[in-house]
Amino acid sequence: MSDTHAQTVAFVRDTMIPEQVPPVTERGAVKWLRENLFNGWLSTVLTVLSLLVVAWMVLETGPWLMRSVWDAGSLSECRRIWAEAGVPAGACWGVINDRLHQLLFGFYPPHLYWRPVLALALLLVALGPILFPWVPRKLIWFSAAYPFMAYFLLWGGSIWLPVSAALGFVVAGAVLVLLRPLGTLPATLAAFLAPLLWWAVAAGPFASVMSDLLPVGIEFVRSDRFGGFLISLVIGVTGISLSLPLGILLALGRQSDMILIKSICVTFIEFIRGVPLITLLFTASLLLNYFLPPGTSFDLILRVIIMVTLFAAAYMAEVIRGGLAALPRGQYEAADALGLDYWKAQRLIIMPQALRIAIPGIVNTFIGLFKDTTLVVFIGLLDPIGLSNAIRASSDWQGIYWELFIFIGAVFFVFCFGMSRYSMYLERRLRTDHR
Amino acid sequence: MTDTVPDLSIEHGIDRKIDTRKMKVTSEVAIQITKMNKWFGQFHVLRDIDMTVHRGERIVVCGPSGSGKSTLIRCINRLEEHQSGQIIVDGTELTSDLKNIDKVRSEVGMVFQHFNLFPHLTILENCTLAPIWVRKIPKKEAEEIAMHFLEKVKIPEQALKYPGQLSGGQQQRVAIARSLCMKPRIMLFDEPTSALDPEMIKEVLDTMIQLAEEGMTMICVTHEMGFAQAVANRVVFMDQGQIVEQNEPREFFRNPQSERTKLFLSQILGH
Repeated sequence: MSDTHAQTVAFVRDTMIPEQVPPVTERGAVKWLRENLFNGWLSTVLTVLSLLVVAWMVLETGPWLMRSVWDAGSLSECRRIWAEAGVPAGACWGVINDRLHQLLFGFYPPHLYWRPVLALALLLVALGPILFPWVPRKLIWFSAAYPFMAYFLLWGGSIWLPVSAALGFVVAGAVLVLLRPLGTLPATLAAFLAPLLWWAVAAGPFASVMSDLLPVGIEFVRSDRFGGFLISLVIGVTGISLSLPLGILLALGRQSDMILIKSICVTFIEFIRGVPLITLLFTASLLLNYFLPPGTSFDLILRVIIMVTLFAAAYMAEVIRGGLAALPRGQYEAADALGLDYWKAQRLIIMPQALRIAIPGIVNTFIGLFKDTTLVVFIGLLDPIGLSNAIRASSDWQGIYWELFIFIGAVFFVFCFGMSRYSMYLERRLRTDHR
Repeated sequence: MTDTVPDLSIEHGIDRKIDTRKMKVTSEVAIQITKMNKWFGQFHVLRDIDMTVHRGERIVVCGPSGSGKSTLIRCINRLEEHQSGQIIVDGTELTSDLKNIDKVRSEVGMVFQHFNLFPHLTILENCTLAPIWVRKIPKKEAEEIAMHFLEKVKIPEQALKYPGQLSGGQQQRVAIARSLCMKPRIMLFDEPTSALDPEMIKEVLDTMIQLAEEGMTMICVTHEMGFAQAVANRVVFMDQGQIVEQNEPREFFRNPQSERTKLFLSQILGH
């Protein structure tokens, strides 16, 4: 009562209360602990339980990891080291050391390892303009050319095969520009058919004639030499980059007013989604050969890529359809009312918004696709899982498995976690609705 | 209804003097609708609509909800398809021919109740998109045009913001500017102030009045009777998919002919 005058009605403060620190339970670590870990009895019980689980896991795996052996040429060498030290068995990472090249490249010729490495480095450059806005836009041309470069680097052979394949797109572009005066629809149709015609009729002879005239090329590597993470990345990256555009087209087709296009898309999506991927892969590896004309050899990796792409595209189409459905009708109407035609409206108004909404689902599908590449082990391709089986069958490493699978899992995790982080960055960057 | 005209202009303070010098109705036909019918499934929304709009007219369409007034103006740029009859806009008949539709749409501006700005683009990009992609105007020039119209609707300082950062009234003014950037010869307004807070209605109406003063041909679906009285040269009253009555605004409000109109006016004017 020192600073108030209780006898009078009016109140005048004559001493100001200085700012004081909050009580100990309301600041710093104590506050954080109370709010996040011990917020009520349920929270406290769960905290204690979680701590116990974490402690148990650390106690179980910690000593095993502490006894890691890195320099060993075989499992028996690891065992000898532990026996000499008089400790129980630990992690024998020697297998990773010993077989790293195999896990990364499969049976790719060792003197050509620089080619997949260069292809991977160039992939990072090619991804730049697609993933980040601050990369110069001009680089997108490099990204467009990258698939052909990557094919040439990985498989090698004559340079004229990828060049003539790429020329198909040049043909398409030229036809589109030349026939523009005839109207958009005929020009688009022609631009769609012309490259098909080019690839079917002219591309092969063109490549062989050019190879005779100007033989430029590097050593050819057969598909069955591919393996390890090389194969996962080749299938995964190609599948991811092809399934998105295909998924967009399927989603648009499913929404089309044209009954024929709509039913084709619906049938395709429902059929592919309704069949297990492994069935499609077996179809790719076994059945497809019966349907192809005799004598044609159709690369197994290519067949698998096609199947994986189709499979992911069907899922992608449904994810994107969800994004489309979330857009208010007013957006379509505003685009129409401004005189934008269907494709411009889709490209400038509808897709940028629908894809942004669908980012979590799209990335989900990407991650699923990338991990599904390990299924190719069942049709005899030597992806990391297939290789791990082969490695464990060798006399040196018989009986080892945790170390291999932890390594493979960790590498997959790095890729998938990277995709997940990128998608969150992208969502933040594209958030303009300020809700 | 009494004989005296209620002073509608008090509403939302249309207190300014309207400059009528350029508000001239010419004999040139801008829109010709004949015997137009439309159904939604079994529901006959528009019945035998006949309407001629001359260049320079400011028409207000009113009527109870569900009377087909929005559908009518949405038929004019074929956001809705009519099933019989004829609609000719600036000499182009609306059929299923996509070329004609896109041509009409690029000449007819439309403003929506819910603005329908593109939320992923800035205000400036909203305004330049159609000029660049439909009219093929170079980006720089399109931006100059856009800034000109943004100044006209008095929000040039918001050009680099996104629609989500603007108030409803500002968004609607951007939507008007976006339409104007296509230099349309006809403007359609579909209840432009219905989704706005009262204090924002005035700023949008002011913009619309300004547009009328410049001689724009306008059709507005609106319940702003003050606006109708101040600016319109004709008020069209619709009910059950038909045009029930149309007249110049003074006569329309002072001397409504049909019972339906009288009832509607008494309800909407709150007497």
